[in-house]
Amino acid sequence: MTPPDPLLDAATAALFLLLVTGAALPFSNYIHRVFSGGVSAGLPGRIERAVYRFIGTTPDEEEGWRGYTRDLLVFNGIGFVVLFALLLLQGALPLNPGGVGAFDPLTALNAAVSFVTNTNWQVYSGEVSASYLTQMAGFTVQNFLSAATGISIAIAVMRGLTRRSTDRIGNFWVDATRSVLYILLPLALVAALLLASQGVIQNLDASVTAGPQTIAMGPVASQEAIKLLGTNGGGFFAANSAHPYENPTAISNLIEAFLILLVPAALPFVFGRMTGAMRQGWAIYAVMLMIYVAAFGGLYAAELAGNPLVGELGVSGISMEGKEVRFGLLGTALFATSTTATSCGAVDAMHDSLTPLGGMVPMLLILLGEVVFGGVGSGFYTITGFVVVAVFIAGLMIGRTPEFLGKKIEAVEMQMAVVTVLTPGVLVLLLSGIALALPGAMANPGPHGLSEMVYAFASMSNNNGSAFAGLDATGPFYALAGALAMAVGRFAPAIAMLALAGSMAEKKAVPPGPGTLSTASPAFAAWTVLIILLVGGLTFFPLLAMGPVAEYLLMVGGV
Amino acid sequence: MKEPLMRAVLLFALLAVITGIAYPLAVTLIAGVAFPFQAHGSLVAGDDSRIIGSVLLGQNFTAPFYFQGRPSATPVTAYNASHSGGSNLGPTNPVLLQQVTGRVQALREAGVAGPIPADLVMASGSGLDPHISLDAALVQVPAVAEARALPEEEVRALVMAEAVDSPFVGTYVNVLSLNRALDRKGEEHGGR
Repeated sequence: MTPPDPLLDAATAALFLLLVTGAALPFSNYIHRVFSGGVSAGLPGRIERAVYRFIGTTPDEEEGWRGYTRDLLVFNGIGFVVLFALLLLQGALPLNPGGVGAFDPLTALNAAVSFVTNTNWQVYSGEVSASYLTQMAGFTVQNFLSAATGISIAIAVMRGLTRRSTDRIGNFWVDATRSVLYILLPLALVAALLLASQGVIQNLDASVTAGPQTIAMGPVASQEAIKLLGTNGGGFFAANSAHPYENPTAISNLIEAFLILLVPAALPFVFGRMTGAMRQGWAIYAVMLMIYVAAFGGLYAAELAGNPLVGELGVSGISMEGKEVRFGLLGTALFATSTTATSCGAVDAMHDSLTPLGGMVPMLLILLGEVVFGGVGSGFYTITGFVVVAVFIAGLMIGRTPEFLGKKIEAVEMQMAVVTVLTPGVLVLLLSGIALALPGAMANPGPHGLSEMVYAFASMSNNNGSAFAGLDATGPFYALAGALAMAVGRFAPAIAMLALAGSMAEKKAVPPGPGTLSTASPAFAAWTVLIILLVGGLTFFPLLAMGPVAEYLLMVGGV
Repeated sequence: MKEPLMRAVLLFALLAVITGIAYPLAVTLIAGVAFPFQAHGSLVAGDDSRIIGSVLLGQNFTAPFYFQGRPSATPVTAYNASHSGGSNLGPTNPVLLQQVTGRVQALREAGVAGPIPADLVMASGSGLDPHISLDAALVQVPAVAEARALPEEEVRALVMAEAVDSPFVGTYVNVLSLNRALDRKGEEHGGR
């Protein structure tokens, strides 16, 4: 194996992040225009107006936070019912050349919740269990709609934070429509064709027999594009983006990592534009970037150091178990960091087989609440929860009334921010505690087994969807507890942040005085990083010590 | 409640048709015209025009006169192209270490000397990795040349001709392409 070149890889990673930032800035301008203006002129505008006529609404018909929440819950509820039904009925429906049968009800329940909540945790193997119709009209649809829901919530939260003396935060139907028509659909179309040019398949052919091999086919590129762009992450194939038909080249791999970060990276800047102070957007972006860079560096270094237990057997090079040759260490580390910093959960290498500390990085990124860019929309509103907590604690420490954007942070805001920040952690600790008391589903012995279990509930509670996939999550406990974790982990923070936004929208803003704590300064950005690490660290340090850290010590000690 | 429910049903139906039917079909249509080879799986045919595989998917080469690819942990059978996946064995799992030990031993018995590249004894994530590193191909050259009764230099030259140098990945070889080139070379020599 050609040994990786850390300096060249660091430079390439820096260039990659520069490209992401360079694309996010102008893209944020576009997103801002999409959501702040009236209906646009020309053909897109006519289509948009037709949609509003069809469903009977107009952009002026705005709601308070309760109405907005009700609308998005009803909309997601219908998505769940339709997908659940489709999974149970797929055997009798068309576009099923493989003749696959129905999902069993528990798996169908888990999968439907999983895709509606933007988690895309998968206990089934796509190419074995899902018909082409399910992949297209079921999973791809939810990839779009769950992402659109996330963007809509983020935009509504931004409105609540920046508006004054009103109880209105937007029209969910309009926000969701615009998210799909103006943002996700055009980008997905371009990305799908770009990926197809690299070798991602896109057909409705039956599987092909080639000698002893039977090769699964399907409409992959169209789903691949939105699975990344919408930070969904559910693979067409069981091996997800490690499969050559989902991710055929080093270039497609970088395109995919870029697509994962694009929308979440743009949203802080959208917020900056909405507040009229780009510095505010940059401050939040800087928080994300700092944690991302540290995480990438840690993962890369851990994998570069390799697995000495394998080295002793006369094997040279980094550990290649679960990795693909064509991505290289850089591509693998960038992808693993990006997919767990956001709520994507697609994988181009099996996280279960990463070295102990290398595997701890994705786990930690998920446990921190997916605020490092984060999910499409959910990343922004979750980090806003952390920002509110950071403002509050800083306010207590320097003895000033905590204010954010000129508005007082009071009891309601703090309650909602704490719900947002702590819900996933509580779910992880409770459910992995119960899982540990049940007979084992772990595939690997020792501390690694604990890591598998914690990773599973971290992934589901934070709507990531990646796994230490050796874990056998097919039983009824994981199906039901998982569905609960995904639903509560998705909607409790979302509703709490909408409530926070509703409360903030009603306030008047006081112009900043000499004693106001600036939330757009580098000092505040560093402070927020500290708060995020503190909350995550205090909650999960014991688990990390007993899982990955213990395994690392065993590994370097020679088991 | 009635009004939001009605709106939700209508908007869902509309967006589902656009994103779940129109969009994938449009991509299928355009990709089928613009990139027909890729869209249908980058399949390659042999001399008798029967499909022999995909350049993007590895195959399970076990005969001594072929270069072997990465170990594959796909369910039921290695390189199962209708059920992908990795071993998911953790780094300290004794099973992983046993497997690697066994594979190293098999290579040693086949006459491979020196350090063994990790990709040759550790299973890929997809179980379908079509590539091995250049080093993993080079260590196999003496054994393959012997099985084919070809001069080592010729086999090594074939490997170098198939090697692809990719920035920040390293140099690697497509095993199916290499073995096909090897077969063609064998025919020139009137045997394997």
